[in-house]
Amino acid sequence: MSYEDVASLSGTIGLALFMSMFFVVLVYALWPRNKAKFDKAARAPLDEE
Amino acid sequence: MNRGGITTIGGIFTALVLITGILLTGYAGMNAIDAVFGFHMYLMAAAAILGLLALFVGRPYRGDLGKYNYGVVKAFVIATIFWGVAGFIVGDYIAWELAFPFLNWDLPWTNFGRLRPLHTSAVIFAFGGNILLGSSFYVVQRTNHTRLAGNVAPWFVFWGYNLFIALAGTGYLLGVTQGREYAEPEWYVDIWLTLVWVVYLLVFMGTLMKRRVSHIYVANWFYLAFIITIAVLHLVNNMAVPVSAFGLKSYSLQAGVQDAMTQWWYGHNAVGFFLTAAFLAMMYYFVPKRAERPVYSYRLSIIHFWSLIFLYMWAGPHHLHYTALPDWTQSLGMTFSIILWMPSWGGMINGLMTLSGAWDKLRTDPVLRMLVVSIAFYGMSTFEGPMMAIKAVNALSHYTDWTVGHVHSGAMGWVGMVSFGVIYCLVPWLWGKERLYSMSLVSWHFWLSTVGILLYITSMWVSGILQGLMWRAYDSYGFLEYSFVETVEAMHPFYVIRALGGLFFVIGSLIMVYNVIMTVRVAPREESYSNAVLAPAE
Repeated sequence: MSYEDVASLSGTIGLALFMSMFFVVLVYALWPRNKAKFDKAARAPLDEE
Repeated sequence: MNRGGITTIGGIFTALVLITGILLTGYAGMNAIDAVFGFHMYLMAAAAILGLLALFVGRPYRGDLGKYNYGVVKAFVIATIFWGVAGFIVGDYIAWELAFPFLNWDLPWTNFGRLRPLHTSAVIFAFGGNILLGSSFYVVQRTNHTRLAGNVAPWFVFWGYNLFIALAGTGYLLGVTQGREYAEPEWYVDIWLTLVWVVYLLVFMGTLMKRRVSHIYVANWFYLAFIITIAVLHLVNNMAVPVSAFGLKSYSLQAGVQDAMTQWWYGHNAVGFFLTAAFLAMMYYFVPKRAERPVYSYRLSIIHFWSLIFLYMWAGPHHLHYTALPDWTQSLGMTFSIILWMPSWGGMINGLMTLSGAWDKLRTDPVLRMLVVSIAFYGMSTFEGPMMAIKAVNALSHYTDWTVGHVHSGAMGWVGMVSFGVIYCLVPWLWGKERLYSMSLVSWHFWLSTVGILLYITSMWVSGILQGLMWRAYDSYGFLEYSFVETVEAMHPFYVIRALGGLFFVIGSLIMVYNVIMTVRVAPREESYSNAVLAPAE
């Protein structure tokens, strides 16, 4: 395997990995069922005793 | 109720560490082959002896015994202000030194080369570091509804971290450096910082683990990312082989371009995680708290967090454009820097929009104004940074004062202003005061700082672009038009303006010192203030 092959393969894997991780984050952040939890969390600095 | 001190397991463990430390540093001091190394070893030994004394005869500090541990947070706030003023004064002094070089007095200790790392470390690690560690200990308790983990460990982190700063600072003045940007201390100081940092991580994680809420608030994520990443960066960047176990000098494990890349992978992520992620943690707690509004979009804060920490890691190569670094690595660094626009501005929008419905408070609350202007500077410098990372722009800007101006719009505008805002929030909250001593003095501080920063960055834009253009100017025969010294001469007026801007900033910080002292001494106590212990002692 030449240097060019390694470079292009690692670039491709990196792209796929990063895009899929970002997608997971998007799904987690925008999942409708999480909305109530996040709305409560947004008030965390204010909801202290 | 925990009494602290030697009676706890943490206390006994700390005592053992300190005794080992005294033996090791005492032995190394006696066999030292450099005078400064010996001085530093004895300084560490003396600190360990003082620590042991405090453990055995010291009584727990009153501030520690409430429902929340505020004692150590107070100590961090005081250290922040002390180191901040010291670091600003040194910074302004070297600014005058650049304008009027006779001010170095031809002495080694006051030479620009030694004072500059003193300034950068004092403002980044001493001023910035103390407010980050202190505010993280405050925020992690408040948002997780639980006391800080450990009794001795948080104090070990406080004194250990400040000893690291004392070792680093005295080392620079005495000419000790390993020549790595923002990581100048030699190998033995690095080992000490590693130990302190691991204890810091344990205290933070321990507090998170005993939280009384199910969801960990986003500010804590940013703090945790900061702690873990700085640990990794510090370890990898400081891999070095000491020449002797009893001397100062060490050599990096890596050589050439790999060494340079490691150094700037560290350097840029020090900006990304020390000066950005962790200060964003402060933003995500103190801006909603002060504005009395919920975070604008919690969903955006999650996307902001993950994209910021994944992208920052790759931006470092933009510090090495047009060097021996492979071309593809430079392009990679440039590309990731440009993509960083997105999370940076997402975070800025999230911070600013948190004020929606509360914008009128900017008229009446100068502390909130400081926090908001800091976010505006954050937006501005995170726009400028990616732009300067573009290779064509970098060809003009690199090695010029433009870079210096960019760094200071981030450091003074974002990091400095948000820290001042947080100090003004924390002092009345920690000391149980109804309000600050004087809001008009906060206003004075705000305007002096803002004008000072603007003088600084505008003069450096002009100076930097002038410098860059003069360097690349050719005459009709293809020769360079200007000699180097002509470019230096051309920059002189801007150096004077910059130093004046710095002076404004210093005066503002002195006003803050007075205001904080008077707040603690004479401001009225808050009636409803309560940090009482709920369960009876014993």
